[in-house]
Amino acid sequence: MAVKLYIEAIHDALAEEMARDARVFVLGEDVGVRGGVFRVTQGLLERFGEARVIDTPLTESAIVGVAIGASAAGLIPVAEIQFADFILPAVNQIISEAAKMRYRSNNDWNCPMVIRAPYGGGVHGALYHSQSVEALFTHVPGLKVVTPATPADAAGLLRAAIRDPDPVLYFEHKKLYRSVRGEVAESDDPVPIGRAKVQREGDDITVITYGLGVHLALEAAGRLADDGISAHVLDLRTLRPLDEEAILEAARRTGKVLIVHEDNKVCGVGAEVSAMIAEHALFDLDAPIRRLAGPEVPAMGFAPTLEKAYMLSVDGVAEAMRALARF
Amino acid sequence: MADVPRHRALGLTDAQVLEMYRYMALARAVDERMWLLNRAGKVPFVISCQGQEAAQAGAGFALDRGRDWLCPYYRDLCLVLIWGHTARTELLAAFAKAEDPNSGGRQMPGHYGDRRLRILSGSSPVGTQIPHAVGIALAMKMRGEDAVCYVSFGEGTSNQGDFHEALNFAGVHKLPVIFFCENNKYAISVPERRQLACANVADRAQGYGFEGVIVDGMDALEVYRVVREAVDKARRGGGPTLIEAKTYRLSPHSSDDDDRSYRSREEVEEARRGDGIERMRQYLVSVGLLDEEAEERMRQTIRAEVDEATEYAERAPYAAPETLMHHVYAEEV
Ligand SMILES: Cc1ncc(C[n+]2csc(CCOP(=O)(O)OP(=O)(O)O)c2C)c(N)n1
Ligand SMILES: [Mg+2]
Repeated sequence: MAVKLYIEAIHDALAEEMARDARVFVLGEDVGVRGGVFRVTQGLLERFGEARVIDTPLTESAIVGVAIGASAAGLIPVAEIQFADFILPAVNQIISEAAKMRYRSNNDWNCPMVIRAPYGGGVHGALYHSQSVEALFTHVPGLKVVTPATPADAAGLLRAAIRDPDPVLYFEHKKLYRSVRGEVAESDDPVPIGRAKVQREGDDITVITYGLGVHLALEAAGRLADDGISAHVLDLRTLRPLDEEAILEAARRTGKVLIVHEDNKVCGVGAEVSAMIAEHALFDLDAPIRRLAGPEVPAMGFAPTLEKAYMLSVDGVAEAMRALARF
Repeated sequence: MADVPRHRALGLTDAQVLEMYRYMALARAVDERMWLLNRAGKVPFVISCQGQEAAQAGAGFALDRGRDWLCPYYRDLCLVLIWGHTARTELLAAFAKAEDPNSGGRQMPGHYGDRRLRILSGSSPVGTQIPHAVGIALAMKMRGEDAVCYVSFGEGTSNQGDFHEALNFAGVHKLPVIFFCENNKYAISVPERRQLACANVADRAQGYGFEGVIVDGMDALEVYRVVREAVDKARRGGGPTLIEAKTYRLSPHSSDDDDRSYRSREEVEEARRGDGIERMRQYLVSVGLLDEEAEERMRQTIRAEVDEATEYAERAPYAAPETLMHHVYAEEV
């Protein structure tokens, strides 16, 4: 076991997959000489050469479109979108092309590719460097969407994404890059896509969350424990496909469910999780399902007051958890 | 000094140039059959290649069917026939039958694809295939293979962002791509002069650092010549070329279009007189490779082929409804 930062775990897993499989290559803006604006791909150019670490023009649709073509021709591209906010010019390629390639060709063609994108706020990124865009893609059959919260999952899910025969969107939370440290196994085992993980066992209430929310919920759960409230925390890890079994099990365990995410509430992942529980476990509930999510504004402001007002906090999550426990 | 026939000067044998003509005639016959079936209420949609066969035949013969890759667009019927599809496969697609190799009847006709033949599956939003071709070419370059990737599209589509992003990417990385614009003068109802402020689509190549070539798309041999040059250059590591074949769409945009609302019959009749298939026929007669008898034999064979294909495709089964859920992801076995 080595202790690594979240960002190191991504970097190392990517480098190891590139060493393990010569078909894997990286493309994106500033990923080569600069090593990525967040330094995720630092040193890869020196180690693997410019044929496998490609500084592309500033051209998101082509980054994804070229990756689709390269994957069809037998390579395994890991495309970096510099900020998740800037994935929008590539949405047609992702949804019309990558997501449908296998289905539309009746299983003749597929797109084994990964799109990595740093997302999320709390980093003074303002409207266009802070967004959570995952729900735009979780609606789309043909895509897989992962949002690791810990260094171990960041490594394991990246490995799984790279080895997956279908397109995977890999969203990495920017605020976790250098704020979260954790143990990462030396082995190169992937973390299976589609499996949630219980991050804390508890009996009074269940928090279902992902990404940064996991850390807020765990810290809040620690505080609640001091008051004698026992919280169960489920980290979804994969947002498409959702781990229905784990979600229902976590909901039934306490009968009280709070869903937490930074992305805004309406039609967010929490809506689907909540509907799933309502459809299959309604009579096991002891309280209405609650959601704590980002506000219904287009994106978060630059001013620290506005950013703070947008972002979830440990205090806010703890309060919502207490309120649910009291119900 | 006896004149060397044009096709021989270009390196095509007599048999090859006759084959070229046969594919053009076959494509036209398959296309016409689809319209008949559409008007008879048997197939719900047709998109046509009529008028663009010569451009496609020239390009198809200039590429190497044994190693090169295609990202075609919906009018490339003649091209995919040259590449190994048949009247039968395309009628199966028209009838949306399970055995259609393009998509098993999932997509509309004209959405070509076949892994076995290195034809990447295409979709309906125009232009999305252009960056795919660049990605395929990137893979060829990374693996040191000498294959090239051909991608085609209409002149209207050359206004899409994906066109520009793809050409720029290929130019920067000097990739072996043949960008082939089949300029048929219209994007549905909107004429070329309302699509482009520059004179030619080919002019756009200059902005991306490589050559743009204009060719008479009704002259299959001339198209063969320029595509061949571009292919040779790409194989040598010389990078991409944008080729604009000036053609004309002789049929309405699709079976759902009525082109009388935006162009005159006189204009269409005038274009028909320059039809590339007729020009090729006259050429073959002039060099003594075709006479009426040979022409009639060829047409009979084609008719029989198209009849057989129609019958077969009409009788073939549809995909079973329970296959609806198949192939969203790799099947877990
Ligand atoms: C992105 C997108 N917008 C609109 C359409 C509808 N549409 C289909 S074909 C077409 C015209 C294309 O014209 P051109 O590129 O010149 O090709 P042509 O059909 O003339 O061969 C349009 C507008 C589409 N398929 N995709
Ligand atoms: Mg056109």
